Amino acid sequence: MEKSIRKYWPVFVLPTMAAFTIGFIWPFIWGLYLSLCKFQTLKKVTFIGLSNYTKVFEDATFVHAFGFTALFTIVSTLTINILAFFLAMLLTRKARGTNVFRTIFFMPNLIGGIVLGYIWQSLLNGLLSKWGMPLLALSAKEGFWGLVILMGWQQIGYMMIIYIAGLQNVSPDLIEAAEIDGATSWQVLKSVKIPIVMPSITICTFLTLTNSFKLFDQNLSLTNGEPAKNTQMLALNIYETYYARSGASWKGIGQAKAVVFFLIVVVISLVQLRFTRSKEVQA
Amino acid sequence: MAQQMTREESVRRKQQSINSVITVILSIVCVIWMYPILLIVFNSLKVESAISTNRIFELPIGNAFNGFQNFIYGVTKMDFMSSFWYSLFITVSSVALIILCCSMCAWYISRVTSKFSSAVYYLCVFSMVVPFQMVMFTLSKTADTLKLNTPYNICVIYLGFGAGLAVFMFTGFMKSMPLEIEEAAMIDGCSPLQIFFRIVMPITKPTTISTAILETMWVWNDYLLPTLVLDIKKYRTIPMDIQYFRGSYGSVQMGPMMACIVITIIPVIVLYLVCQKHIIEGVVAGAVKG
Repeated sequence: MEKSIRKYWPVFVLPTMAAFTIGFIWPFIWGLYLSLCKFQTLKKVTFIGLSNYTKVFEDATFVHAFGFTALFTIVSTLTINILAFFLAMLLTRKARGTNVFRTIFFMPNLIGGIVLGYIWQSLLNGLLSKWGMPLLALSAKEGFWGLVILMGWQQIGYMMIIYIAGLQNVSPDLIEAAEIDGATSWQVLKSVKIPIVMPSITICTFLTLTNSFKLFDQNLSLTNGEPAKNTQMLALNIYETYYARSGASWKGIGQAKAVVFFLIVVVISLVQLRFTRSKEVQA
Repeated sequence: MAQQMTREESVRRKQQSINSVITVILSIVCVIWMYPILLIVFNSLKVESAISTNRIFELPIGNAFNGFQNFIYGVTKMDFMSSFWYSLFITVSSVALIILCCSMCAWYISRVTSKFSSAVYYLCVFSMVVPFQMVMFTLSKTADTLKLNTPYNICVIYLGFGAGLAVFMFTGFMKSMPLEIEEAAMIDGCSPLQIFFRIVMPITKPTTISTAILETMWVWNDYLLPTLVLDIKKYRTIPMDIQYFRGSYGSVQMGPMMACIVITIIPVIVLYLVCQKHIIEGVVAGAVKG
């Protein structure tokens, strides 16, 4: 059978591979090359080696964006996962209305980042002005928490769904056995439920970490980096370096920033996967 | 014995009363959860002066109520419907293309063991980690050069950038499918194409639905890719439209904007309520594979 399928490769693999080459492989390789070049338009590209990369770390806005993004990622990963897990625990107790709650909590996830930013900007600015606090565009602190709230509202439902699926895998027999042995409900949670749900935790942490770290749309529409680039995250910083700064060298530096950004994402993903995978158990 | 029964009974009672408390608390939380959406709906029905920052929480009653004027204005004057159709067309064509091409590709690489197959597979996995900023500039230039910069053929770009997840999900499922049915069909004289469309496609239906849902959620809400690839003066998708109108701050009319957002959200929510079982299963399946 394998032989006859093999002959059909132009039908089965070629369309996807052609598009994949156009949409990913070629832009990726070209992007790597351009990060080593100085260019403004593609008509005049000069190879300059690694000097774009040294300039990346001399750019204070990039370093600031990195710190802001890292802090945001840690805070939102923790809040989203803890709250989502807690909600999933409540929703697996077979209380009344569980299905309705699940439906409502998941709903914000279907709304796109740009629209979400717009909704929350109206709402948060309304609240802030009511409480006599600075508006989102005027204070980095409010902007940061605004982003955390927005991200939580969008993602908690999604992660909750995954945690519910994980918690439904915990067999009641196991919990009963632990209870007969005299385990308190805290001990059941810590030593029975969490180890079995660990694969879900791995996935949810991975998704929230990478989603928060790569956040762009929400950042653009909620604060757009205001005030004075203080709430600018890495993805937005790269975009802005590319498309909003004039000067011959910025495009190359923007591309170099993108490569650095890519490497950080890869490292975070690998480290996190290795760390949580090592805690997974077989039930 | 009787004593134990009463003990179990009391435990059950206690559980039940805890559950009622949970129901009450979660109901309150759900109302708060829905509030941002309700706020936009209320404001879309208000007159312009009642949408300013300090009056945003007022209800659309009395003088503030504006009927459906904002909706009429948004649809007729802001050319919002053309963005809506562009978004719809791009989403449907891209997702259809992704599903068709990627399931075929995935079947090939799950049935043919070769270096080429595993190279394709690992490239797809790799592409899922790469942030869009890494390729945004070069991708938009490539799209321009190849004239893939209209809503009618941007689906090729989406196929290219979305192939990773789809191939990954399909391959995961197809590797677990038994070979016997396909072999039997081949002995009966089916060509690989017939096997794929008559046997493999029907069996992979659950994965197809999951993948289609994940890709739809991505393409419909995507902002940056169409912004960089399409000519913003000629074609705008919904997210582009909303960001575009906000860019011209001050002159922007809040009421019609709110109305456009409502028009954007409502079909998505209706679709979700109709097929939420599939959507939720799709999310879980996507996560388990990922």
